[in-house]
Amino acid sequence: MDARTLAPPIAAADIETVVGAPMSYWRTVAWRLRQDPTTIVAGVLLLLIALAAILAPLIAPHDPSAGSIRLRLAPLGTSSHPLGTDEQGRDMLTRLLWGGRMTLLAGLTPVLVGFLFGTVLGVLAGFVGGHTNTLIMRTMDVFYAFPAVLLAIAISGSLGPGLWNTLISLSIVFVPRVVRVAESATVQVKSLEFVAAARASGSGVWPIMRHHLLPNVLGPVLVFSSTQVSLSIILAAGLSFLGLGVTPPAAEWGLMLNTLRGSIYVNAWVPALPGVAIFLTSMAFNLLSDGLRDAMEIRM
Amino acid sequence: MSAPLLSVRGLRKHFPIRSGLLLRTHAWVRAVDDVSFSVAPEETLGVVGESGCGKSTLARLILRLLEPDAGAVTFLGEDLRSAGRARLKRLRRDMQLVFQDPHASLNPRMTIEDAVAFGLTVHGTARREARARAWRLLERVGLDPRLYGRRYPHELSGGQRQRVNIARALVLDPKLLVLDEPVSGLDKSVQAQVLNLLQELKAERALTCVFISHDLNVIEYVSGRVLVMYLGQVVETGSVDALAESPKHPYTQALFASAPTMDPSRRLERPPITGDPPNPVNPPSGCRFRTRCAYAMPRCAEAVPPPILLASDHAVACYLYDGEAALAPV
Repeated sequence: MDARTLAPPIAAADIETVVGAPMSYWRTVAWRLRQDPTTIVAGVLLLLIALAAILAPLIAPHDPSAGSIRLRLAPLGTSSHPLGTDEQGRDMLTRLLWGGRMTLLAGLTPVLVGFLFGTVLGVLAGFVGGHTNTLIMRTMDVFYAFPAVLLAIAISGSLGPGLWNTLISLSIVFVPRVVRVAESATVQVKSLEFVAAARASGSGVWPIMRHHLLPNVLGPVLVFSSTQVSLSIILAAGLSFLGLGVTPPAAEWGLMLNTLRGSIYVNAWVPALPGVAIFLTSMAFNLLSDGLRDAMEIRM
Repeated sequence: MSAPLLSVRGLRKHFPIRSGLLLRTHAWVRAVDDVSFSVAPEETLGVVGESGCGKSTLARLILRLLEPDAGAVTFLGEDLRSAGRARLKRLRRDMQLVFQDPHASLNPRMTIEDAVAFGLTVHGTARREARARAWRLLERVGLDPRLYGRRYPHELSGGQRQRVNIARALVLDPKLLVLDEPVSGLDKSVQAQVLNLLQELKAERALTCVFISHDLNVIEYVSGRVLVMYLGQVVETGSVDALAESPKHPYTQALFASAPTMDPSRRLERPPITGDPPNPVNPPSGCRFRTRCAYAMPRCAEAVPPPILLASDHAVACYLYDGEAALAPV
């Protein structure tokens, strides 16, 4: 029984044709994403929404806060106002473009903050364990005692309205969620034998963190965080709707929904537009994160 | 016997069972309890026992991946427990571990060549040199590095992964190799290939091995001396021939009698031992095997039987042989 029977000698010239070049992890992820039409559509849609929001000052046809008393609640298709006007006669297309800036900012920032702080706290709790773990995780459980919406409203309510306070309150909502995912992933990876093997090689804490722990923990945390973006967008819009978020006259989808809600019997289509924008954006984020989850699956 | 390479004295590890908000300990799992043995250079010591008897804990204690509660591990004449961080890091080059689970023992996000080279880079070898040495070892364990070097573990079979594990353990040129059930997760045919590879490498590199397994056939094949464990304690040690021909401890007898055999004359009507071992959280007093032992006497419950030397390298911890020690002095 020859030790080499599992790997018969192959001529050097054959190697490329037999195996090709094995792909790195991130190239595999990119390749899997490209195979998934739903994810591509969602990604392109998000790209367009983000571009429109970023370029709003350049492409918006009107001034977002300039209204006209004579042209209030103009229907869709009005000349020079293709998406109509709101209850103060301001151009809807312009306000939707400008509102996207706010909504995307208020939706993405808390998740980003949650991802950064949550990963650090969660990996710390999982890696150190013991009383550090108890302290961090039980503190996070306190935040878990309240439903996300209620917690965001409570914090925003006590801080007062405004963009900054919205960002702070939503960040506080998302940190504990990410901590939980990061902690459980860390505890699971830490107990695997390859970490023990690295320790047996004489490796210190940092090389183990960098090469063995983080590459296996960041993936699941990133995927989880991406699922939270749509929720964050809806919460941010919800806070504005309740008057706890962005203050008028700034354009924000949730706020627009609120101020237009009285006009729904006069012209039902125009007040629905910010809702459609919120729906499309959050659904695109959900589909994208689903695709990301499948593409980033780590095979053991 | 020349001066031992590895010597273990009175090793003990009890794991606390913690619960509640304040993590209070309310029970202990007595995984390894007062285990002593030594391994001579270039010898292979087989450690055999049922699952849950503390074999894997023992492996991790030897390498100080776990801190023992009591006892000493002396490796190359040096007490491992008193070694400082830098010293321990140096000593770890000379003792390596091959793990049981070929799935969990390789980082899914690291290529094979990086996994093998990692140990070298930890000790300051330049990347290029580390990779070259990893390639040579992969070649030696039967994996063409040009084919497999840049692959990820999920692209390999169980046997191939175990070859990678062996390469990773050998890359630092250790003197001692602790193998924790290295072939248990593999098919029989692949087991044989991996075992033969290990035998070749052991001869080539003058390795000293501690080979842990629950499979007596494997143990008989690889080891010179065997140590039989039951519930965290050593019940018998001796050369593999002595144990196979005349096992003394009732547990060893049962173990050898229940091993699958091709020989019809050794076939059994009834299983020699039944039931599961008792819970290590609350082991029986005295001899831990007494609850399943056909020869249990009242005195077995009183104190743990000390090892009785029957021959120069055959010791048994059983009161049945009390008094025979005088016949075969040390």
